[in-house]
Amino acid sequence: MSTQPKDIEQLVKRDYKWGFSTDIDQDILPPGLDEDVIRAISRKKREPQFMLDWRLAAYRDWLEMREPNWAHVHYPKIDFQAISYFAAPKSKDDAPQSLDEVDPKLLETYEKLGIPLHERARLAGVAVDAVFDSVSVTTTFKEKLAEAGVIFCSFSEALQNHPELIEQYLGTVVPRNDNYFAALNSAVFSDGSFVYVPRGVRCPMELSTYFRINAMDTGQFERTLIIAEEGSHVSYLEGCTAPQRDENQLHAAVVELVAEKDAEIKYSTVQNWYPGDEEGKGGIYNFVTKRGECRGDNSKIAWTQVEAGSAITWKYPSCVLTGDNSVGEFYSVAVGNNFQQIDSGTKMIHVGRNTRSTIISKGISAGRANNAYRGLVRMTPGAENARNYTQCDSLLLGSTCGAHTYPYIESRNPSGQIEHEATTSTVSDDQIFYLKQRGLSEEDAVNMIVNGFCKEVFGELPMEFATEAEALLAVSLEGAVG
Amino acid sequence: MSAISRDTHYGQQAEQLDETLPGHLPQWLLERRRAAARRFVETGFPDPRDEEWKYTNVRPLTTKAFAAAERRDALDAATIAGHAPAGLEPIRLVFEDGHLRPDLSQLDPLPEGVQIHGLNDALREHPDFLQPHVDAVSHERFSPFPTLNTAFMTDGVLIHLARGVTLERPLQLLLYGNDDSEALWCHPRILIVAEEQAAATVLEHYVDAEGARGFTNVVTEIVAQAGARLQHYLLQEHSDTAYHVGNVFVRQHRDSVVTSHNVNMGGRLVRHDLNVDLIEPGAEIHLNGLFLVGGRQHADTHTRVHHSVPHTRSHEEYRGIAQGHGRGVFKGRVLIEEGAQKTDAEQHSANLLLSDKAEIDAKPELEIYADDVKAAHGATVGQLDAEALYYLTSRGIPRETARAMLVHAFAEQVLERMSLEPVREAMRDRLSRRLPGTIEGSIGY
Repeated sequence: MSTQPKDIEQLVKRDYKWGFSTDIDQDILPPGLDEDVIRAISRKKREPQFMLDWRLAAYRDWLEMREPNWAHVHYPKIDFQAISYFAAPKSKDDAPQSLDEVDPKLLETYEKLGIPLHERARLAGVAVDAVFDSVSVTTTFKEKLAEAGVIFCSFSEALQNHPELIEQYLGTVVPRNDNYFAALNSAVFSDGSFVYVPRGVRCPMELSTYFRINAMDTGQFERTLIIAEEGSHVSYLEGCTAPQRDENQLHAAVVELVAEKDAEIKYSTVQNWYPGDEEGKGGIYNFVTKRGECRGDNSKIAWTQVEAGSAITWKYPSCVLTGDNSVGEFYSVAVGNNFQQIDSGTKMIHVGRNTRSTIISKGISAGRANNAYRGLVRMTPGAENARNYTQCDSLLLGSTCGAHTYPYIESRNPSGQIEHEATTSTVSDDQIFYLKQRGLSEEDAVNMIVNGFCKEVFGELPMEFATEAEALLAVSLEGAVG
Repeated sequence: MSAISRDTHYGQQAEQLDETLPGHLPQWLLERRRAAARRFVETGFPDPRDEEWKYTNVRPLTTKAFAAAERRDALDAATIAGHAPAGLEPIRLVFEDGHLRPDLSQLDPLPEGVQIHGLNDALREHPDFLQPHVDAVSHERFSPFPTLNTAFMTDGVLIHLARGVTLERPLQLLLYGNDDSEALWCHPRILIVAEEQAAATVLEHYVDAEGARGFTNVVTEIVAQAGARLQHYLLQEHSDTAYHVGNVFVRQHRDSVVTSHNVNMGGRLVRHDLNVDLIEPGAEIHLNGLFLVGGRQHADTHTRVHHSVPHTRSHEEYRGIAQGHGRGVFKGRVLIEEGAQKTDAEQHSANLLLSDKAEIDAKPELEIYADDVKAAHGATVGQLDAEALYYLTSRGIPRETARAMLVHAFAEQVLERMSLEPVREAMRDRLSRRLPGTIEGSIGY
């Protein structure tokens, strides 16, 4: 598609469909961060001592660290003292046992977001651990999972009921001082999800969590830990939207995955947080550390992500392929519009023999957005016969946006093979013309082409998410052409 | 030895600039040098934490108190003769340890409109002619080494081609490191200016005496005016104990075509930065490169092509071979600015990793702000094709020979792009000498 100012204008006019804020009584700590705040968080959550010690150690590390500046993103300096580090719905002391007991206002919020909790749970067979701001409100299908021996609960709950598992695995994939934002998360993380799939168990349903950011000026610091024991299989879905507001919000999550021998973890994300308005005002800062380790032989971790929201995305879901014959996969669609900035990609660290990794990244830029793929493929000296294939494609819609590719390739093993390919293209007049003369409107034609561009990735998403992702893409590019 | 204090060592040298340089130094240059020296003392050597220097640690350079080599005039014609690719018959300028040796150089007869001056001669005789060309296109955005060069440049050359002139014979700049004393440096400055429709071929050729340990920090500035055609060969065959940092800056006007061939085989620690600015429509750059590292060698090449206007073209083919404990780095950046529609940019980086102690790091980058462009890059790191190897050995070719043949074939993809046959042949020869196994007698080119 050649430069058509009218299209761009319409594209930029896309409003955030899910912008609203729910007024619910919250238990909020005053803004600011010091050791007392961390102690208060830990006390409120009645955490074991080891957790508090770990948080404090992370905080002390964080104080020594510097905010990274290598990413292709620009934002005003974050005042970490202006953020409130804890917000929980008040009703947490007498947690609801069923949906009926949940605050109706909260349910209304989910409805507006298009998350029919009970319906979805029943129809799609999905257990939803809905995270409202920082504390889990309700979890469904627990019994069915419990039957299979799968533990799926909030992180806080896991700390109460399975502290030994947390102590054993927490920070073993993403060390508490891994990077600036991971250290911050380690110090102040509020809640998140915990999944433990025992040996040989195939998780009977897709696991899903909806993350929401709701309280004004509350940074969200999710911590997710998924452990797949030998021979087990689990598919985890994460999706999110957030209410519209002008203040930038920081989200610094950490996700750790551990796949033991012969285990497989599939982690899918649809991210549609508030991206800021047409002038680039507001929006979520999404600074996330996601990493999985294929610890055992023949294990597999696959990341699939659709990144449509957030003012700034800074996210590199990675795989450390430690076990022999282990497999890492990364499939990504990142859509940037208006003033969105995306610096995302993956890292594939090949340690074990015969390890394989595949990276498919599709970036779409429109408006004045900047969309960067940044990826690392490293073959360590012991990674005999390791293979990597990377394909990064960028689609530019309009002449004022940017698409960038920064692959890092580091090979220290002569038997390894690394291939990287990248292309940049636009929707051509020929393609539009062809589809129009087949009776499609210009908008449908662009949608079809864009969807075709992303097909490879959408195909990796679980069914219900794939439909959602396609709808999301259509909304994101609503009015891209007219 | 700990890192020497920049403030004291380089600061002191900067103070003495007036004394160490010829008395005829014009005021404008002296002021520029002083300012550059001050800036370098301030910024110092780059740090691996700097993204541009992520894979190259210049610590070996920071731990030595470098000083300029004395003029010795010890090099003789016979030695030089051995370093001209057979059959090339170039016009030649010879530098020994950074100092021009007019007695060993052969310049005349030059066609009318071609001016080639040693930098010191130009400063003495044509300072006003020289002034607009020094630092015309060099900058210090990615590396502090051009600053260091400006502060301490000792000699070099100005090549000026008037409108419409073609220099038929290739010009070889032979920079010979002859003094093997510890901690010597030289900062050559090479200026190539081609006016409208002018054409020339220039070879920058670095060779050392056995065991030379010097540090060469060269800056090459190339300006191609409208329709100019330039071929630039950078042949780096330093001794394996030498240090080399090279910054090439190219600025291209309308419809100019520049071809750069960069062959890197020597040196202990080598870093090249090629910065190309395509500032008018129709400008076209071809970047071809080949590096071979072995032993404890480290070679790092960064190319940056900046497409700032519509209808410009860049084509890049870089290949690397790492053996022994060698480490090769390639980073190529293609920047297409907003409004630079119809840009055609292509970049390939292919690398062979031949030893389990060697390392290859590749980082091809695309940064694109325009939608109607063709931009693609590809990068691979791998080993010799097992099937090809099997095929050759099944035909009775010894394994070592088969490997050498395949490595040569790999390198040939870059070498075959060179239009000067004698240089191509010489580079093939150098490659054979540095690789285990021989292909002599088994195939002929």
